[in-house]
Amino acid sequence: MPNDWIFIGVFLLLAPIFPAAALIIPRLIAPRKPNPLKSETYECGIETYGETWVQFKAQYYIFALVFLIFDIEVVFLYPWAVAFDQLPMFAVFEGVLFILILVAGLLYTWRKGVLEWA
Amino acid sequence: MSDPVNSIAEWLRMILSGWGLSEGLITLILAILGVVILATFVLVVDILLVWVERKMVARFQDRLGPNRVGPFGIIQPIADVIKLLIKEDILPVGADKFIFNLAPVIALATVLLLWAVVPFAPTVIGADINVAVLYVVAVGSIGTLGIIMAGWASNNKYALLGAFRTVAQMIAYEVPMIIALLIPVLLARSMGMQTIVSAQSPWYIFVVPLAAVILFISSIAELGRTPFDISEAESEIVAGFHIEYTGMKFGLFYAGELLHALTVSALIATLFLGGWRGPFVDQVPLLGPVYLFVKAFLVYYLIMWIRYSFPRVRIDQMLGFNWKFLTPLALLLLIVVAILDKAMVGVDTVWYVLVMLGANLLIVWGTVLILRRYAQIERVRIAEERPEARAPEAEMGELLGQE
Repeated sequence: MPNDWIFIGVFLLLAPIFPAAALIIPRLIAPRKPNPLKSETYECGIETYGETWVQFKAQYYIFALVFLIFDIEVVFLYPWAVAFDQLPMFAVFEGVLFILILVAGLLYTWRKGVLEWA
Repeated sequence: MSDPVNSIAEWLRMILSGWGLSEGLITLILAILGVVILATFVLVVDILLVWVERKMVARFQDRLGPNRVGPFGIIQPIADVIKLLIKEDILPVGADKFIFNLAPVIALATVLLLWAVVPFAPTVIGADINVAVLYVVAVGSIGTLGIIMAGWASNNKYALLGAFRTVAQMIAYEVPMIIALLIPVLLARSMGMQTIVSAQSPWYIFVVPLAAVILFISSIAELGRTPFDISEAESEIVAGFHIEYTGMKFGLFYAGELLHALTVSALIATLFLGGWRGPFVDQVPLLGPVYLFVKAFLVYYLIMWIRYSFPRVRIDQMLGFNWKFLTPLALLLLIVVAILDKAMVGVDTVWYVLVMLGANLLIVWGTVLILRRYAQIERVRIAEERPEARAPEAEMGELLGQE
């Protein structure tokens, strides 16, 4: 088991090197002749107007909240599933109750009209 | 019973310890070797995938596809790579240089990392960790980060729109995906990939087909492929997040996307189609990878088939489909599977599978009924909303008649 984690650690360190190497080769052999027109931002032929990094109307802010709750709570269910053999029927129903509370939250957001993309 | 990969590893370990190296150093060297071999293998498969994808899309669109370079055009991807390598790399004005360059690296590296937990044969796997499914979820989400970084750093409005759409899509479809991944974990009582594969008798697709379908749909959305490709959407935002990328940086996104599709197929094959399991695999471990790749390419073919057959969905339809349909369905399936599994402790396997399959089909039947009802209501609503179309002459005549 520790060997497997060493493998993961080595992989984490080495994985970016493969694509990075593919980026370094063109730096050595590809032509580089930048000019102002070439590096202009692409936008259907006309010059781009105004800032790009503006404050965007974040419509899915509440989607993000719903997602966060779901994601964290579902991750809590993983240990429940792994230990399923040791659980009595009571604990299974407790897990189901936990899911039902999630469903109630989903129904609430649904009724509130949060899930409409307007 | 021993397979070549582990025999070679043992042999190398003996040689290295003969040189007087310490145990920890040998493990490290073997890990580095394993990583390099695995990643190289995956990247070679990736280059082949370019050819497979182009040839298949050509067939779907009644064309021949690449057929000039080498037999059946199989050298074409190599030519593509050379072209991408010698192409000028353009940095757009005002782009965030560091993040702009980092994004394609992250996009491909995370997909490579997923292969660490894919089991190839009974004893051949990168790392048989006991939280492999959680690892897949965690590493898979970092790939999204690469797309967001690319869209944000490009200083282009199309790219930024693509990134915003990606956020909405990824955070939505992550939920049914995690729930669908939970079901094989629950059936196998483990998050380790090898344990899940060994526990599959019969394959989980015959036990919980609905979970496989939910995972398949949400995986397509996570991949950002048609019908869920609103983050690229060539006809709306030109190419979305990678609009400003040229040369090899674009190539990395392209390669990452193709490889991600194959990786997801391999994971679905591992979790639901029995992974390396097949006849004679215990006698000849080398058959394991063959079975795995046959199954993975079968799923990959399905993904391609859907990609080239369906139109793109709108963002509101996409989010509605996820939150109002896929997520409740996945939660319902999870509850049913959990209760049935506990209620059937000690039941014969045949009966167990039949009851599970029956419950799945029952849920599908109920879902189809509800969907049909919804479609009827929706059709009436749309028909009411739309004003009746009239010929302009008739309208003109009416206007003249009034005067």
